[in-house]
Amino acid sequence: MSEEIQAEIREELAAAEAVRPETFEYAIRVRGLRNQFGDAVIHDGLDLDVRSGEILGVVGGSGTGKSVLMRSIVGLQTPTAGEIEVYGKTLDTITDAEESRDLRRRWGVMFQGGALFSTLSVAENIQVPLREYYPRLDQQLLDEIAAYKVSMVGLPPDAGPKFPAELSGGMVKRAGLARALALDPALLFLDEPTAGLDPIGAAKFDELIRELADTMGLTVFLITHDLDSLYATCDRVAVLAEKKVIAVGTIPELLATEHPWIQDYFNGPRGRAAAGCNIAAERQDRKS
Amino acid sequence: MVARADFDYSDGAEGAAVRFTGRLTLARLGDLPQRLDAVGAVASIDLSGVERIDTVGAWIVTRTVNEYGAKVTGASPEAERLLEALKDDKSEYRVHRDRRSTIERMLEQVGTASLAVWGELIGIIDFFGAMIIALGIQIRARRRLRWHAVVTRFQTVGVDALPIIGLMSFLIGIVIAQQGAVQLEQFGLEVFTINLVGRASIRELGLLMTAIMVAGRSGSAFAAQIGTMKLTEEIDAMRTIGVSPMEAIVLPRVAASTITMPLLGFYASICAIIGGGVFCWAGLEIPPLTYVQRLREIIPMHDFWIMLIKAPVFGILIGVTGCYEGMQVRQNAEEVGKRTTSAVVAAIFLVIVLDAFFAVFFSSLGWN
Repeated sequence: MSEEIQAEIREELAAAEAVRPETFEYAIRVRGLRNQFGDAVIHDGLDLDVRSGEILGVVGGSGTGKSVLMRSIVGLQTPTAGEIEVYGKTLDTITDAEESRDLRRRWGVMFQGGALFSTLSVAENIQVPLREYYPRLDQQLLDEIAAYKVSMVGLPPDAGPKFPAELSGGMVKRAGLARALALDPALLFLDEPTAGLDPIGAAKFDELIRELADTMGLTVFLITHDLDSLYATCDRVAVLAEKKVIAVGTIPELLATEHPWIQDYFNGPRGRAAAGCNIAAERQDRKS
Repeated sequence: MVARADFDYSDGAEGAAVRFTGRLTLARLGDLPQRLDAVGAVASIDLSGVERIDTVGAWIVTRTVNEYGAKVTGASPEAERLLEALKDDKSEYRVHRDRRSTIERMLEQVGTASLAVWGELIGIIDFFGAMIIALGIQIRARRRLRWHAVVTRFQTVGVDALPIIGLMSFLIGIVIAQQGAVQLEQFGLEVFTINLVGRASIRELGLLMTAIMVAGRSGSAFAAQIGTMKLTEEIDAMRTIGVSPMEAIVLPRVAASTITMPLLGFYASICAIIGGGVFCWAGLEIPPLTYVQRLREIIPMHDFWIMLIKAPVFGILIGVTGCYEGMQVRQNAEEVGKRTTSAVVAAIFLVIVLDAFFAVFFSSLGWN
């Protein structure tokens, strides 16, 4: 093998050292975050910790800035004030382009509408991050990786060559998830993954996320409106209200708090229905 | 430094015994797949030395197992889980569209392109028919044309285009006069420059250049607007509310371009004549009064009628092509661009074809 390729490989391996997710107790630490658009203050003094290896659900009423929080963490939105650390690095202060790339390949982001590149097929969409970061992977391995990612997210075998416009809503979400998982990230951001899916599709998607998180040891930042999703997938839940995170904890812990919004949320008709189903399902499990 | 993915192996009778070490992950893979290929047949895989594994590492193991029937030992619980998740047969999962030979694809491209052109032509005629029917329904139901929408289009198609069309025609008038004068001077007939400018502008060039400009400005705008409305499902929303898109979107635009074209064409001709006049005055020393006098003698009335007959036809053509292409947008944003381009190209092409037809037709009527 030529010297040049050897050097390239050394560089690539050195880059892999830069961020080592498994050594961190907290994947994300947000301190004193403030986001402001004109006069409208979205977040003010928001603190949040996401532990490595957990699935954290983020809930909150419409307009409480769930998506803005996610966009701030992944660097799409520069906060007005405050500090965001992902695996010990602050995106704001990273001046080195290489270093920020290293951080970016540790996470995968799935947008609400899928955000698939419309001119590329599903398989090509999955290969985009792989090609970007690992240009020396040969085409055959790329194709095999795309194929097994397609199967992992539960898309049908013929979905690979299809274009996003040819897919149904649920398939677009799955394809978006496959692209987010392309680099085997340690951290996965999901923005309302089950919104717009039918209940059966949504339940299957919840199951898929739980399963993938367990298999691949993922940390998941899950924004959702869907109470069933919360019960089915999340280890802990963070509640956004009054411009900050008012409570974080497991669902029973949250139920014990007095805050009226949290009480309304979990004890409203839909909240009780979701909780009821969950208890029934657990009983069923115990019996069998 | 953490160990990269690596392996050592010893040859056996049925194949090599491979022992992976280090971190079998995408980030630390290096050139491992190529080196593993070089080993050849693998009889057993030992994963006990692996510190960490991800799906790509697990896939490398899985595909070796599938190919050579190798046995896996020493897998950690995480590795077991990943291998379990990947073990189903993936061969039916397709990645690419079917590939065919170059000649086959070339023939197919020629075929599809020809069919597309034919389909386009039929489509435009079809669309024109649907528009006429919509107009008929509107008249029968005694609903008024949406004049407000039409007037808004007058502004964008007509009034806003005045400066650019005026300037362009003025310059074209100068160019025709100047080039004509150079040629006619050789015979001492430079006074006939007036004939050239006057007749060419009124009969052909003023209108033709206007049509090209309107196709570029407004035909493209129609296609892009309607295309975007199709993408955002605005057109569908209209249909479900009970508003006919033909009536609300297409007819006002076509009406606007049909009515504006004769006005713009006449305006362009006059601008070209003024341009020619300026050149005649400055370059050939023909005074404006003589220029106008001479124009009145040499331009027959039928040149003007020819322009007025052609103009609305071109207007309809540009409007219909723009709206038709916009309505054809499906799927994605890229198509808006493609359809806008083909709206302009088709409109200009059809205008020139029809103009040639008109030229022959009016000549054989004796309107020379």
